[in-house]
Amino acid sequence: GAPDWERTELFLLFGTAEDHDSNPIKMGLGRLKERGAKVVAINPIRTGYNAVADEWVGITPGTDGLFILALVHELLRAGRIDLDYLCRWTNAPVLLDADGLFARDADGKELVRDRESGAVFPFDTPGIKPALHGTVDGLTPVFEGLAQRYLAPEHSPDAVAERCGVPVETTRRIAAELAQAAFEKSFEVKTPWTDFRGERHESFPGRPVAMHAMRGISAHSNGFQTTRALHMLQLLLGTVEAPGGFRFKPPYPKPVSAHPKPHAKVTPGKPLDGPHLGYPRGPEDLLLREDGSAARIDKAYSWDAPLAAHGMMHMVISNAHAGDPYPIDTLFLYMANMAWNSSMGTSRVIEMLTDTDADGSYKIPRIIYADAYSSEMVAFADLVFPDTTYLERHDCISLLDRPISEPDLAADAIRWPVVEPDRDVRGFQSALLDLGARLGLPGMTAEDGSPLYSDYADYITRHLRRADVGPLAGFRGDGTADGRGAPNPDQIERYKANGGFWTAEVPADGLYFKQANASYQAWAAEMGFYVSDAPEPYLFQLYAEPLRKFQRAAEGLGPNQPPDHLRARVKEAMDPLPIWYPPFEETAIDLDAYPLHAITQRPAAMYHAWGSQNAWLRQIHGENPLYIPTQLWTDLGFERGDWAWVISPHGRIKVPAAPMGALNGKTVWTWNAIGKRSGAWALDPEAPEARRGFLLNHLIHELLPAKGDGHRWANSDPVTGQAAWYDLRVRIERAESAGPQSLPDTGRQQSPVPSAPSRHTFGERSE
Amino acid sequence: MTSLPERTEKSLGLVIDLDTCVGCHACVVSCKEWNSAAYGAPLGDLDPYGAAPEGAFLNRVHTYEVDPGDQAPRVVHFPRSCLHCADAPCVTVCPTGASWKRAEDGIVLVNEDDCMGCGLCAWACPYGARELDPIENVMKKCTLCVDRIDNPHLPEEDRVPACVRACPAGARHFGDLADPSSAISQLSEARGGVALLPEQGTAPVNRYLPPRPKSDQIDVLGPLLTQREEEPGGFFGWLDRTLERL
Amino acid sequence: MHPAPSLIVFTTLSGAGFGLMIWLGLAPMDGEIWVAAVFSLIALGLASGGLLASLAHLGRPERAWKALSQWRSSWLSREGTLAILTVGLFSLYAVLWVASGRPAPIIGGLASAAAFATVVSTAMIYASLKSIPRWHSPWTPAVFVAAALAGGALLAGQVLAALVLTAGLALIQVAAWHWGDGAFARAGSTRSTATGLTGGGDVRQLEPPHTGSNYLLREMVHVVGRRHSRRLRVIALILVAGLPLTFGLLFTVGHGLGALLVVSHLTGVVILRWLFFAEAEHVVGLYYGAR
Ligand SMILES: Nc1nc2c(c(=O)[nH]1)N[C@H]1C(S)=C(S)[C@@H](COP(=O)(O)OP(=O)(O)OC[C@H]3O[C@@H](n4cnc5c(=O)[nH]c(N)nc54)[C@H](O)[C@@H]3O)O[C@H]1N2
Ligand SMILES: Nc1nc2c(c(=O)[nH]1)N[C@H]1C(S)=C(S)[C@@H](COP(=O)(O)OP(=O)(O)OC[C@H]3O[C@@H](n4cnc5c(=O)[nH]c(N)nc54)[C@H](O)[C@@H]3O)O[C@H]1N2
Ligand code: SF4
Ligand code: SF4
Ligand code: SF4
Ligand code: SF4
Ligand code: SF4
Ligand SMILES: [Mo]
Repeated sequence: GAPDWERTELFLLFGTAEDHDSNPIKMGLGRLKERGAKVVAINPIRTGYNAVADEWVGITPGTDGLFILALVHELLRAGRIDLDYLCRWTNAPVLLDADGLFARDADGKELVRDRESGAVFPFDTPGIKPALHGTVDGLTPVFEGLAQRYLAPEHSPDAVAERCGVPVETTRRIAAELAQAAFEKSFEVKTPWTDFRGERHESFPGRPVAMHAMRGISAHSNGFQTTRALHMLQLLLGTVEAPGGFRFKPPYPKPVSAHPKPHAKVTPGKPLDGPHLGYPRGPEDLLLREDGSAARIDKAYSWDAPLAAHGMMHMVISNAHAGDPYPIDTLFLYMANMAWNSSMGTSRVIEMLTDTDADGSYKIPRIIYADAYSSEMVAFADLVFPDTTYLERHDCISLLDRPISEPDLAADAIRWPVVEPDRDVRGFQSALLDLGARLGLPGMTAEDGSPLYSDYADYITRHLRRADVGPLAGFRGDGTADGRGAPNPDQIERYKANGGFWTAEVPADGLYFKQANASYQAWAAEMGFYVSDAPEPYLFQLYAEPLRKFQRAAEGLGPNQPPDHLRARVKEAMDPLPIWYPPFEETAIDLDAYPLHAITQRPAAMYHAWGSQNAWLRQIHGENPLYIPTQLWTDLGFERGDWAWVISPHGRIKVPAAPMGALNGKTVWTWNAIGKRSGAWALDPEAPEARRGFLLNHLIHELLPAKGDGHRWANSDPVTGQAAWYDLRVRIERAESAGPQSLPDTGRQQSPVPSAPSRHTFGERSE
Repeated sequence: MTSLPERTEKSLGLVIDLDTCVGCHACVVSCKEWNSAAYGAPLGDLDPYGAAPEGAFLNRVHTYEVDPGDQAPRVVHFPRSCLHCADAPCVTVCPTGASWKRAEDGIVLVNEDDCMGCGLCAWACPYGARELDPIENVMKKCTLCVDRIDNPHLPEEDRVPACVRACPAGARHFGDLADPSSAISQLSEARGGVALLPEQGTAPVNRYLPPRPKSDQIDVLGPLLTQREEEPGGFFGWLDRTLERL
Repeated sequence: MHPAPSLIVFTTLSGAGFGLMIWLGLAPMDGEIWVAAVFSLIALGLASGGLLASLAHLGRPERAWKALSQWRSSWLSREGTLAILTVGLFSLYAVLWVASGRPAPIIGGLASAAAFATVVSTAMIYASLKSIPRWHSPWTPAVFVAAALAGGALLAGQVLAALVLTAGLALIQVAAWHWGDGAFARAGSTRSTATGLTGGGDVRQLEPPHTGSNYLLREMVHVVGRRHSRRLRVIALILVAGLPLTFGLLFTVGHGLGALLVVSHLTGVVILRWLFFAEAEHVVGLYYGAR
């Protein structure tokens, strides 16, 4: 989703440096500035977007959940919540039984109690007035437990101020500002519309408060629940999908029920039994083998990370090396520099990739890798697929994956080759189709054994997910069909003629409250956004029932239960209402020895590791210092030009240092992925990236420090498996000498690619 | 040639909003891109993938930290390019006549065919707006994208400098600062646009809009956070009464 | 500022050469014709050697001739034009002198005046730059003129004048330093005025616009240690004036000693010029966090 940049009056930005839609965010911030709306940045570091914010809350990493719940506490106490919204659009009134599961009717519809009649009805019954508290027949509305929990004094601003590093007055003032913007600056968008209950409304009520959060929240081991807390805060204010609030981008919103479940049933000679990623609804949907161990090499959808909807890339090499849950014979990677910036514990991962068994054979026998550049990972591959760059091939940015939509319109896009490759490379998607055809894989091979698709462009055009639904939604059929339609051989040309993208506008009476809006739902179903091909309206989930199902299993109920050592953790982390708990790593170490948080930020001008392949950008970010809070800098006797030792429970690195004032006093940070291995990327082995650039990744471990219980716990969110990159704790020391080389020195790699020319001009002289 | 015009009809220039610039360097890169294939020689780079890469840029973005002491320090991103000064010292020092200021719109340019690469104009500029190209050895500077702003071959929306067009945040504005009724003059007026290094006497045309003062003033003790628990029936009592009114 | 060798050589040699021309034009020595020839050649050699060195500082030396065009506005153009005029006039003077055996005082006077104007223009190239506060003062032409006259006198064997002038140069230089050390502060340019962030609070560069070097940093942001520069100042004064004065007052200066003193003096001037560049701070440094 995205904030309603045109209408919001107060914008809270949590833990975001860049994000994926970085240009839209910059444009949006510019609009807010132009309109004079207030921007509050909650971030330990004040740079970039956060630098231009009107107010900066320099929160201590990992404590946003506490801060958000304190805002919830204040708003509840003051009754500054949108009761009408909660009754209509959320599961606040849905009745819970004694097990904490939803009371449902025979059709499986959640029940609510009507305040007037006292009777229970399915939630979508028109005209009822749902109750928000009171237990009748053992059934209690969700809201009652919610209010009781967050009204408790443990959630007051006073109780959390110290841990968050946010003064009580600041939290209270921001709560007041939220209330003021949401309820005293509210307005109406005068468009009549009809909701899924069939009730007609004369207008959309505006709630001009918007929030956006990114990895500053999610890359902590409590990130999932913090994100839930943020969703709850917005629902209580009635801003989600309201004008001025947070708005979903089509094909979202979608209920969990409209998503696939994950699949892992491998049958030789057959495709997988379904999509490999998805949303488990309960313990029965986990991907476990007979013996209860994980079915996937990354252990996603196991009890380690039941809702790992993105998989757990950062665990693959470590698991494969340990042979846990099983050994593998081939590691096949694509576009992921796992020997370097996308691994936790880079030096250890380098060892794992080259480690051998007693008999001298590699622990990971074969590594196949597709990369477009001479990255660190390339050096470890037995077989390399040299890919084209994105300027030399077709790509598809599909509604089925991560589209480029905006709240007002659905959109997707392509890339097409704009330069001819000048070396022996092939677009990897086309290479995959070729491989598939050679292996005779179903879906890639025709009846007669010939390749089904000539190349990726052909696949984008002709592949069908369901009848008439393919990777690209635009210009289907005869070229006029949006969303659905037969494959159009001319589709790619139509995209090119349109600048590479396609858009379809959401109907005017469907622009807001999409989750409940009959017009939007009909349009979305017609466009093919739902597998059911039917409208999928739903209630926003303050209380997440699937979580409760996992929690019950941990409590010893049901056939599928977590192993004993995980019970307590699953029970705590799978709370159906948002909670906060301290990030795992800090509970496992001596905080006096590692008093500081260490985090990274993406620089706006660099894309991860491969930004350095641009001769101009590497002049902007050729090396990276560790930024240290000014007070600490002075206390430790640092001076300009000094270097620092940064020490975590898992390692030590020596790096250039610099002071910074606009920084949480317990936090050090650096830019992400600037450091390179000497010789990599066809850069000069003495390149500044290799000499003075560095990665924090050397200090991070994919496992938490051993607790002595015989188990090693993943350094990830226990619900989603999201890597806890930002849970890292360190201490720093002034290095006795500056330079000359950041440490550890991982040695020099040979470049299979020749070095670049010594001068460079682009373009030509014009007269 | 290197005498400055008495006056210019227009004073075209930029207004840069320091309250909005997020420091993304998009303007830096788009400037280099446009000016590598447009006016004059391309902007070169030495040792582009080597140990000490170094090239010419016409626009660079610094990041400063301002510590007022009594409040949280601020971070300000600061793009720096030619300010097209009315009293441009870079022009008058030029011995060859390569540097000049256009009488019609005040744009300061270098005629690269006449430039002997002495660097004196770069010395004369207090703002560091001129860089000698490391490959062509002639002086490069911001042209205010003369080859865009009135280029009839470009679509209307592209007839602004490349950096202005690229800036996603809308922190860069282009226009005639001599015309008090122009949008850019009015923006500068309204936001208290400042001239850099005024004591240098260069009379720059470009203006910088300072970060806006922040006000946190809101009455938290007022009705916004009235405590419902203190009302009859506590929180749920308030809830029932409010639901009735819905 | 970057103390570029080409510029140090240029200002030192051409200063000495034109200084010698001033003396030869106004007060030609008596004696044999070959003496006149040799001294004229020395003057011309120094001046043109310096000018040639200055070409090394150009990115496009083949276009140097274009620099003669803007004498109405540009001191560099004036300097170039005057230098050529001076070399021309002085050559004429020297040829006539050698040919006729007698110096022509009117042409000599003109050549002297032109040489003097050239030295002033050289100095004005620097003195006119407001962006470099240390240079932007009458002390800059004063030092350049004093150095040219003193060096010229030494070369011309005008012992008494040389002693007075080297002493004068030392005094002027000390005064110039004294003035120059506070010039940047007095000019009023700060990181606040440079950025317009004048609302209060120290403005500190958190991140430079590029992590490597660039033209501006190499050319204009040269940092020299204070102790280092103090030491060099003393050494320069000793070489420029101390030794010539001591030996000049204690001994009768013959050709041998004279040559040694010239070497000492010119070495001192080289150090002075190194300091002239290295100690000069350009206001652009403020953007990069200098001061
Ligand atoms: N230019 C550029 N853009 C990119 C990328 C890139 O490499 N370069 N990468 C893309 C990718 S893959 C991703 S995943 C996204 C990531 O987009 P972002 O999430 O914006 O990326 P990060 O740079 O990790 O920023 C995280 C922010 O969270 C802050 N933070 C850390 N811990 C906490 C905390 O506990 N609380 C709060 N409130 N803040 C915290 C950090 O200071 C930082 O500002 O960006 C995408 N966009
Ligand atoms: N310390 C720390 N570590 C982090 C993070 C952090 O915030 N802090 N962020 C994490 C996150 S969110 C992410 S997404 C990862 C990103 O980490 P990676 O995905 O490893 O990073 P990239 O640099 O994007 O590079 C991936 C590889 O793709 C290659 N590549 C680029 N273009 C192409 C192409 O067209 N085809 C092919 N085949 N290859 C190509 C590049 O050369 C590179 O080797 O990093 C993670 N690591
Ligand atoms: S990297 Fe490309 S897709 Fe991402 S924000 Fe920038 S321009 Fe858009
Ligand atoms: S900013 Fe510098 S280059 Fe531009 S006109 Fe002014 S003095 Fe000249
Ligand atoms: S570098 Fe070129 S433009 Fe600049 S003063 Fe010298 S000749 Fe003129
Ligand atoms: S106006 Fe043109 S030349 Fe000047 S900084 Fe902007 S893009 Fe560069
Ligand atoms: S493009 Fe705009 S926001 Fe980005 S650095 Fe330049 S001026 Fe600032
Ligand atoms: Mo990512």
